[in-house]
Amino acid sequence: MTRTTVIIGGGVAGMTAASRLADLGEQVILLEREEQVGGHLRNWDRLFPNRRPGYEVLNYLTEELGSKVDIRCLQTVTTIFSGERDFQLQLASGKSLRCDALLLATGFDLFDARRKEEYGYAIYDNVITSAELEELFRSGAPITTRQGKVPKRVGFVHCVGSRDEKAGNLYCSKVCCVTGVKQAIEIKELFPEAEVFGFYMDLRMFDRHFEEMYYEAQQKWDINFLRGRVSECAENQDQSIVLKIEDTLTSRPLKMTVDLLVLLVGFVPSPETLRLAAMLDLPVGEDRFLEPADEHTKSTLTVKPGVFLAGAVKGPFSISNAIADAGTAALQIHAYLKTL
Amino acid sequence: MIIEGKKRLWQEYQKEIADDRYFYVRSCVRQNFFPASEKVFLRILKEELGKDVYENAAHTTCSGIGYHSDVVPFETAMTVIARQFSLMTESGYEHFVTSCITSFGLYSEVLETWKHFPDVLQKVRGYLKEATGRTFELPKNVAHASDVIFRFRNEIASRGTHRLVNHLTGKPLRVVEHIGCHYSKMFPSKGVGGAEYPYVLVGMIEDWGGEVIDYPERRHCCGFGFRQYIVRANRGYSIANSKKKFESMKPYQPDFILTNCPGCPMFFDRWQYALSEMEGVTYGQNGEGIPVLTYEELSGLILGYDPWDLGLQVHQVPVEPLLDKLGIPYDPETKFAGKDGQDLGRPDAPTHMKFF
Repeated sequence: MTRTTVIIGGGVAGMTAASRLADLGEQVILLEREEQVGGHLRNWDRLFPNRRPGYEVLNYLTEELGSKVDIRCLQTVTTIFSGERDFQLQLASGKSLRCDALLLATGFDLFDARRKEEYGYAIYDNVITSAELEELFRSGAPITTRQGKVPKRVGFVHCVGSRDEKAGNLYCSKVCCVTGVKQAIEIKELFPEAEVFGFYMDLRMFDRHFEEMYYEAQQKWDINFLRGRVSECAENQDQSIVLKIEDTLTSRPLKMTVDLLVLLVGFVPSPETLRLAAMLDLPVGEDRFLEPADEHTKSTLTVKPGVFLAGAVKGPFSISNAIADAGTAALQIHAYLKTL
Repeated sequence: MIIEGKKRLWQEYQKEIADDRYFYVRSCVRQNFFPASEKVFLRILKEELGKDVYENAAHTTCSGIGYHSDVVPFETAMTVIARQFSLMTESGYEHFVTSCITSFGLYSEVLETWKHFPDVLQKVRGYLKEATGRTFELPKNVAHASDVIFRFRNEIASRGTHRLVNHLTGKPLRVVEHIGCHYSKMFPSKGVGGAEYPYVLVGMIEDWGGEVIDYPERRHCCGFGFRQYIVRANRGYSIANSKKKFESMKPYQPDFILTNCPGCPMFFDRWQYALSEMEGVTYGQNGEGIPVLTYEELSGLILGYDPWDLGLQVHQVPVEPLLDKLGIPYDPETKFAGKDGQDLGRPDAPTHMKFF
């Protein structure tokens, strides 16, 4: 009897798990809500730490999928019925699907920067998010202030919506620090004369080559990193942004003006993930990400047999980590299906 | 500036403001600083809007100044506030309105504390009973007096004789709005519009025809900041903060400053004079200062009250340039006359600031 796995979410983790499972001889249906697979990676220009184009990884994952996976885009799961050893999925299109295993790879959303009201995102003209800057890099559009001026001073605010009790997110989003360093270097590449500042609590350069990149940012590109949280932003008459910060290394309050302020927005659980988790009665952590069966030894399994997790449904993940995690999930699913 | 972004935030921070039957408590200091403001508030509510507003002569300070200066413990402040509520309960009222921003902040803080720690509320009930024999109910609604004016801003406009428009040019007056720190910085949800972009004064200005200035130091303290002023050795910080704000707002050429706190208009008004004497600087046009108004004074002007009945003659920054822009008539001869018509004496003119 053919065993079917449905993967919900066609981002990096979903695409990888689909390819691995197909390689293992399993029948896979990959459901994607958007028009195309690729998830957030589709919007990213270059990747840390080596600044390779994001499309290279996306192309690789897409080519791997080839025709061995049944990819169905523009699909939303409306209900899931859990049988004794299988699942029935009802789709918004009216179709239904049966499967033996279910992998949730619905990923994350970016923190809504409007919630950090003091930074003035969506109020002040020249406050943008890291995702918007990345989109500007990707599109090749000229990077200017909203008034069309070449920015002479650019600031990056780290930990926007992460490690922030006021925002209700105590967790670290892992990838914003290195993204901030990467984007700061890219701004300097474009505008060598510009002054670039990073405002951070501490820089978590946890993975291979990250620390070197941070050193490069300071030594080669002369990027200034100031330890301290931005307390408020305001707009000058010329629409530049006035920042107030406490420089905690010199214990001095600081006030400065930048032409463009970039908010490094973190991860938040996607409402879609939480909706599916509620349908499947899966445990959700205090941080609102999904809980695996065991954090160390069964990190892609859930307490519900036949339901598996991969990637950023469990918390912030880098692309490399999501790919590795999805591979593990595929192996676990394959092992589970053999027991049926 | 993306105004839609502000409007979206304003929608998120709506608050319930009772529409009648208010138990009103006064500020400790406002009657000395701007003597007509509270009287005008009562006049507007009672005479213009026909509302029931009750004051109990036995009410006291909320102890907020002492609390924020670290000389009154929180337990004492809570018990004093419990007594205010007992006066409200005895008087048969449930809607508490406070004239003072610091009081409003402290009432909010105490009520939030009691909400999250019911055992503390029980203790305070015990303290009050033991000390005074009184009991109390919690208010159903707590508002700052500026919330109440905000709620009735359209009614005031419809009864008004003036709008915030320069009657010579037809252009909206440009207004700096300054919100007292204790209004919503501690509890954003308790203020109309939240903490970062409060709407309570913006709503009055815009609906009365004016235009709001958002300048870089808008959120900064006026310079009162209790420890800055009450501790004499720190008074340099006080005037330095005010100066920072004046310098930030000056390029926008505001026609006046509108405030909703007891301390803010005092410090904006007096320190402009002090800075002009110390440094020879003025922040308005043509050697004038920037007039500073309370929201009650402004409401009174909109309603066509005599500027001298509003106490505008006790402002240190002369208000005549603003009255001229608004087209509000005034009699210079009666500026310094008392209510009985007797001359109260004319103050010395400032050295640098234009005086009328």
